[in-house]
Amino acid sequence: MTMVSTPAGVDLQLKVARRSPLSRARGHLGAMLRRPIAQALVKALLTIYATVTLTFFLIRLMPGNPVDNKIDELVQGGLDYESAAAVASNLFSIDLNAPFHEQYIRFMSDVIRGDLGNSFLATGTSVMSIILSVLPWTLFAVGSGLLLSFTIGTTLGLLAAYKRDSIFDHFFTSVGSFISSIPDYLIALSIILIFGVQLRWLPVAQMRGAYSSGIQPGLTGEFIGDVLFHATLPVLTFFLGTIGIWILSMRGATLATLEDDYVTAARARGLKDSRITTAYVGRNAVLPQISQLAITTGAVVGGAAIIELIFVYQGVGYRLIKAVEQRDYPVMQGIVLVTTTAIVVANLVADLVYSKLDPRIGRAGGATGG
Amino acid sequence: MSGALDFLRQLRKKPTGIAGFAGVLFFFMFALVIPFFVPVMDTPDVSAIYQPPSFPAHPLGTDNQGRDVFNQMIHGGRDILLVALIAALFSTLIAVTFGSLAATLGGRVDQVILAITDVVLTIPTLIVLIVIAAIARPSSFWMLAIILALLQWASLLRAIRAQVLSLKERDFVEAARSLDLGLFHIIFKEMLPNMRSYIVIHFIIAMTNAIYAQAAIVLLGLVPVAGQNWGIMLYNAQVQGALYFRDSLWYILSPILAIALFQLSLVLLAGALEEMFNPRLRSA
Repeated sequence: MTMVSTPAGVDLQLKVARRSPLSRARGHLGAMLRRPIAQALVKALLTIYATVTLTFFLIRLMPGNPVDNKIDELVQGGLDYESAAAVASNLFSIDLNAPFHEQYIRFMSDVIRGDLGNSFLATGTSVMSIILSVLPWTLFAVGSGLLLSFTIGTTLGLLAAYKRDSIFDHFFTSVGSFISSIPDYLIALSIILIFGVQLRWLPVAQMRGAYSSGIQPGLTGEFIGDVLFHATLPVLTFFLGTIGIWILSMRGATLATLEDDYVTAARARGLKDSRITTAYVGRNAVLPQISQLAITTGAVVGGAAIIELIFVYQGVGYRLIKAVEQRDYPVMQGIVLVTTTAIVVANLVADLVYSKLDPRIGRAGGATGG
Repeated sequence: MSGALDFLRQLRKKPTGIAGFAGVLFFFMFALVIPFFVPVMDTPDVSAIYQPPSFPAHPLGTDNQGRDVFNQMIHGGRDILLVALIAALFSTLIAVTFGSLAATLGGRVDQVILAITDVVLTIPTLIVLIVIAAIARPSSFWMLAIILALLQWASLLRAIRAQVLSLKERDFVEAARSLDLGLFHIIFKEMLPNMRSYIVIHFIIAMTNAIYAQAAIVLLGLVPVAGQNWGIMLYNAQVQGALYFRDSLWYILSPILAIALFQLSLVLLAGALEEMFNPRLRSA
């Protein structure tokens, strides 16, 4: 009782006394969870968890699911039900005799250990190794296409906002809204149709694949040149498919920023135009684009399937379509899991970069919602 | 009716809006009304393969099996349009219901709905769609539309939620709340009428998303839809190699242009509406 001298002290002590250890722990957890980085992390884990669950549901529980289908197929092929189920459970590495929740937990723990099972068609080839052999091509093509469109698009958008209502502005705004409303796979088809087949400017048939079959992969100039040659059309499609978004959104963000008080203040202080453009306007207008970049990456990786099929570019999407055609479920399921994880990681990185670049978020917390 | 007239009068000031509106109207007529007056002509004719455009026999030429391209174009839009409409309707319904619930109730409900939204927003729609289509084989367009809607409501929900959050602070909602008119009344009688334009805009955007995803999986050959469809034309062109024939220009360009122009019309209309109803954008 000696400690209690001020009313505030009493209040504090009472509060501490009333709180159970559990609620104190929850308080800690709550404080941690309020930090934007922790929130982003929880969101990421939740998304991956949901995807794994959805995949399990699709493969195992949905009417007409592949496991039941395989058993039916084997039974019709002359096997009795028990041995058919045994073959199927071996193929899918699912213990069909176990109750559903145990199958689910087993599936979950396999996924966490990175064990995505084996391909149906190439016996003994793990799904992981198949994905790892195609993933770099997609990452390379999507990554370079998006990087190019992001840098060029945001620059054009910034300039368009500065030269508002000029011919430059009207031209790039129209081009941007036109091209961003056209589905990217139609752009890909049009490239083949117009530049490959009609005008014959591009040798589209030779450009198929990720690299020419006769060339030895390695860090040689010949191989790198060949890879770039084959990646040109997918990269061009990803570039054209996304540049409109950047022009329009960067233009909008810059126009909004230009009206902000601190820009007027910076002008009044007589700061150089170039400094205002980069440090004041550019930096603040580009912030929202970064979270947009993460969302767009997800959409592009998803949409890449068709682009890769059209150009016969052997990336993840191409492999997915092949797996769908061959009904190779472990590969399908593995590709869904890996691409979702890749997108979740991209989002997480974007969240982190965002909070680094915008100090307000780091301090205030919870500003990421909305 | 006066609302519609007023809308057209306002739209007149926006050239892009008129273009978009005219385009949307045209495609609705073309895909939903004209097919009633034109019989399907899809018997292959080996003697008329890859005919160049000629009027009035084959305005857009013939395809790799000698069928009239223009006829396929007339009958190929209906399914795409209907699926887009149904999918947009369902996703708007989901988004409006749960978005306004999240914003008005707040707290735990809001957190849970937002968390689910974030998850759905992150999952790569098209890849999941490809896998679902591969397993479920959606044969009716209702099923396809519902699958599309279930994958596409998330960004709409976020927008609706943000809108409701800002409306919640307005005086008339405050008044309704102090009169204790109930949650249902507040959402459906006070807030939704004020978000009508907003919902229409997002309905249009949801349609463009549905068309994108739908044409994509049809083009991949994952939907066993019988009959004629712009996406199936592209699928055939891709699979049968017609894409690489010089004579196939009109045959392949027609569905590409139809889908692209329809998408463009929808986007232009949505953009014009947004400028009309959002005074902040209009002044900027």
